[in-house]
Amino acid sequence: MKGSKPQLIAEGKRIDGRGPADLRQIRMEVGVLKNADGSAIVEIGNTKVLAAVYGPREVVPRHEEQVDRAIIRCRYRMLSFSTMGERKSPAPSRREIELSKVIREALEPAIISSQFPRTAIDIFVEVLNADGGTRTAGITAASLALADAGIPMIDLVAAVAVGKVDGVIVLDLNEIEDMYGEADMPVAAMPSMGKITMIQLNGVLTPEEFRYALRLALDGINKIYSLQKETLKKKFVEVEE
Amino acid sequence: MSSSIQRVIRLPGDQIIVDKNVSIEGSNINISLYKLSENTYVITTVSLQDIGEDDKKIRIIPLKGRYIPKEGDIVIGIVTDVTLSSWLVDIKSPYLAILNASDYIGKSFNPSSENIRKYLDVGDVVIAKIAQFDRTRLPILTVQDKGLGKVVSGSLIEIEPIKVGRVIGKKRSMITMLSEQTKCEFVVGVNGRILLRCPDPELEYVAILAIKKIEAEAHTTGLTERIKEFILNEKVKRGLIKFEG
Repeated sequence: MKGSKPQLIAEGKRIDGRGPADLRQIRMEVGVLKNADGSAIVEIGNTKVLAAVYGPREVVPRHEEQVDRAIIRCRYRMLSFSTMGERKSPAPSRREIELSKVIREALEPAIISSQFPRTAIDIFVEVLNADGGTRTAGITAASLALADAGIPMIDLVAAVAVGKVDGVIVLDLNEIEDMYGEADMPVAAMPSMGKITMIQLNGVLTPEEFRYALRLALDGINKIYSLQKETLKKKFVEVEE
Repeated sequence: MSSSIQRVIRLPGDQIIVDKNVSIEGSNINISLYKLSENTYVITTVSLQDIGEDDKKIRIIPLKGRYIPKEGDIVIGIVTDVTLSSWLVDIKSPYLAILNASDYIGKSFNPSSENIRKYLDVGDVVIAKIAQFDRTRLPILTVQDKGLGKVVSGSLIEIEPIKVGRVIGKKRSMITMLSEQTKCEFVVGVNGRILLRCPDPELEYVAILAIKKIEAEAHTTGLTERIKEFILNEKVKRGLIKFEG
């Protein structure tokens, strides 16, 4: 699939016209599904992710239940029509299974699972349209959906990726930058708690680059975090008027 | 409610600092607040905080959350499964509840001589009280009290459990107003199920609309008055009463 590498940075601008430290256009909405206990849709540029949360509910199969806490199950999935080119097979790929685990582990520190022993909390993350940064958009959407479901959390989790393309550290990579870039580092954090819940690095960064990239990511996370809070608040303010 | 009280929406991650001599009020605060350190708490669910002139107490009202059984609660359940000598009842909580046949019948039950389905079957609705619950086992229900037992008539509506308090109102003000205005009899289960027995289907419809409106606007102030107005308007619209004034 790899063709010739396009020029990713020209005159300080990225391929889609953004500056290196700019996020893409973000749109969020909560409570979009009626059957789910909590749901959210997050659009970051062309990436569009739907998250739904069910529970706490009875654990099926029974033997998976934990006597001291709720178990958290997460399924990340890319829909058949979400990618460009060939249709993606609907069977869960290795990548999807891994990302399900990564997203679950990014959210687990935030959820106070000891409040609901012997129950399960199910998180479904469905990628409707993929254009880079689906795991971070998934984490952002899932944490909104969890808050919408009323599951106790010590903080919302927001996530964004940083990376290096053409030797420049950039924020919020899209598909092309991810494919041809030198490094890609998704970061998830709980900003009010000041804790990072996920950090992955694919590629090579020098220690200085890493420090700068992390700072850039946390700045981006703070912006996404305030958008998350605004979105949750808006749902209730609308009714009040 | 006095106008000096201001309500703000709190979200997960918001920290509040509480002095030692300040008390925290509100339902379910052990779930909607998480103690971080000696005097710092974190809000864990979308909640309302009342900020008043009085600095001595903080009131937190969660806006989201599931029903967690508590001993002594009156709940409305739906039978989902039948075992040899007990029923499994869905009480809209993460845990199914158990209602023992011997408790329901009031004497010892012998499954070899009687069929349990004669008394209650899947889909039946019961009003019951939580007799035992400690999170390590499923909650046990009892129907041995006044007004409890199988439901044979009426209609059932569901709302979010966290908003049941608003449907009842302070000193039952809301529910009293509702039954005065709609002539319906209400049985409110703490788990978010409400049973209506109404003399008139039109009035029943108005009552359901009113309850749904309470649910949607549970976090606003001056709700009882607004709902009363709403019911009057709906009644006028349906020609149940004549327009007055």
